[in-house]
Amino acid sequence: MNKSIITVVGKDTVGIIAKVCTYLADNQVNVEDISQTIVQDYFNMMMIVDTGRSSKPYSEMVTDLERIGDEIGVRIRCQREDIFEKMHRI
Amino acid sequence: MINIFEVNETNKMIEQEKLDVRTITLGISLLDCGDSDLNSLNHNIYDKITRLAKDLVSTGKEIELEYGIPIVNKRISVTPVALIAGKACTSPDDFVSIARTLDRAAQDMGVNFIGGYSAIVSKGMTHTDENLIRSIPKALSTTERVCSSVNIGSTKTGINMDAVKLMGQIVKETAEATKENNSLGCAKLVVFCNAPDDNPFMAGAFHGVSEADAVINVGVSGPGVVKHALEGVRGEDFEVLCETVKKTAFKVTRVGQLVAQAASVRLGIPFGIVDLSLAPTPSVGDSVAEILEEMGLESVGAPGTTAALALLNDQVKKGGVMASSFVGGLSGAFIPVSEDQGMIDAVNRGSLTIEKLEAMTCVCSVGLDMIAIPGNTPASTISGIIADEAAIGMINQKTTAVRLIPVVGKDVGDTVEFGGLLGYAPVQPVNKFSCSDFINRGGRIPAPIHSFRN
Repeated sequence: MNKSIITVVGKDTVGIIAKVCTYLADNQVNVEDISQTIVQDYFNMMMIVDTGRSSKPYSEMVTDLERIGDEIGVRIRCQREDIFEKMHRI
Repeated sequence: MINIFEVNETNKMIEQEKLDVRTITLGISLLDCGDSDLNSLNHNIYDKITRLAKDLVSTGKEIELEYGIPIVNKRISVTPVALIAGKACTSPDDFVSIARTLDRAAQDMGVNFIGGYSAIVSKGMTHTDENLIRSIPKALSTTERVCSSVNIGSTKTGINMDAVKLMGQIVKETAEATKENNSLGCAKLVVFCNAPDDNPFMAGAFHGVSEADAVINVGVSGPGVVKHALEGVRGEDFEVLCETVKKTAFKVTRVGQLVAQAASVRLGIPFGIVDLSLAPTPSVGDSVAEILEEMGLESVGAPGTTAALALLNDQVKKGGVMASSFVGGLSGAFIPVSEDQGMIDAVNRGSLTIEKLEAMTCVCSVGLDMIAIPGNTPASTISGIIADEAAIGMINQKTTAVRLIPVVGKDVGDTVEFGGLLGYAPVQPVNKFSCSDFINRGGRIPAPIHSFRN
């Protein structure tokens, strides 16, 4: 199990989730949970994913997702879950 | 399970409030590098540093990318050089060759600073220690990345006033030797009392003799995060204020702990400590001064500043201690003038003086840091300021330090640019009355009565 958090923030547009999910499926990354809100007209999505079965080097995945975000005009971050777990759970 | 609000809070800290890990510092023991031949000694030092640090920068970058947290600096500290070079170095110039080796190793490893060109002379000075100290001006003026520190006193030993006198002269000589660059050499020279063995922050980092062969120490930061949290509790009482700082410090430190452990595992080098620090940078929103002002001060230096800093420092430690399994280094808020836009503004406004900064050093981490003073300040006056700071450290059983820059050719009213994280500073006035008869007495100030605890 290798959990990561993918966040997408930006102006709402058609096909954001589709683009991200296609990329994840192509790279054997399993999506475990998706939640989203709209904050001040901004699309705000978080995915919990498992990268354990992916053969893609982690750093490449981070930069690939960033690039996909740039293409559709949103900010996509992929971070290991530990940074959030450590900060918000004792 | 982590929710979207928690994720957003963390990422907002990173993207908008400048949360970062200030440094991963790899401490390396050079105790096994000793040799009576200077060339062999230099060779051994270069070999050991480059062997252990070869993956430091790439590992740091990997962690940055995977966790999405900036790691501003990757640095190296080594055993105080005076301890390993006694047999091979018989003159100050011999020592300079070691400084060049350290500089070359740092450059080849891709780190911007390497600390440990140091001597521990808190009680007495060996001939070797003195040679190293006398080589500092040349060493710092002929290298780029080497940082130097000298420990001239401790609560256990008292203050070595001969060393204090000498360091006043060395600070002046270093300023002169680097006058083409606004006396920048002095920004890489720290005079300590009670120097810790495991400090990850430059310019005072060295790898103490109580340490293992190699160790990973991490310094966290996050003044912007604390300032932002305090904006949410304006007008509330001190209990709420303190709780807010404490909780924020906990969160900030947890990130440091995570990064330290990840670096330790990936490099195969034991984790040492997390230094619980609020380290400012010159960029707006990354300032310790702004935190104090957010607490209710019109400008740093106003009455109440020392109390505000004391509570900040204490709450940072209380929150941080629980967040990390091992805490060490300097741990506390830093108040370097040139590296903190809020401090610079306060000096320019006339609300912050060296005397007030001295009072503030009684209750926070370290001491008079990155303060530009007139280039014509006498060496004995600098020694006097060092002695005052050392006395505060010795009596209060805390680390204190002095990093003054007597900028050659500059006077009160001028501003000096150091560049990068070192920032810029207005030249501050220094008390004009002399202390030379006091400094010239020589000898030692005995250890204070409360050091005899056995």
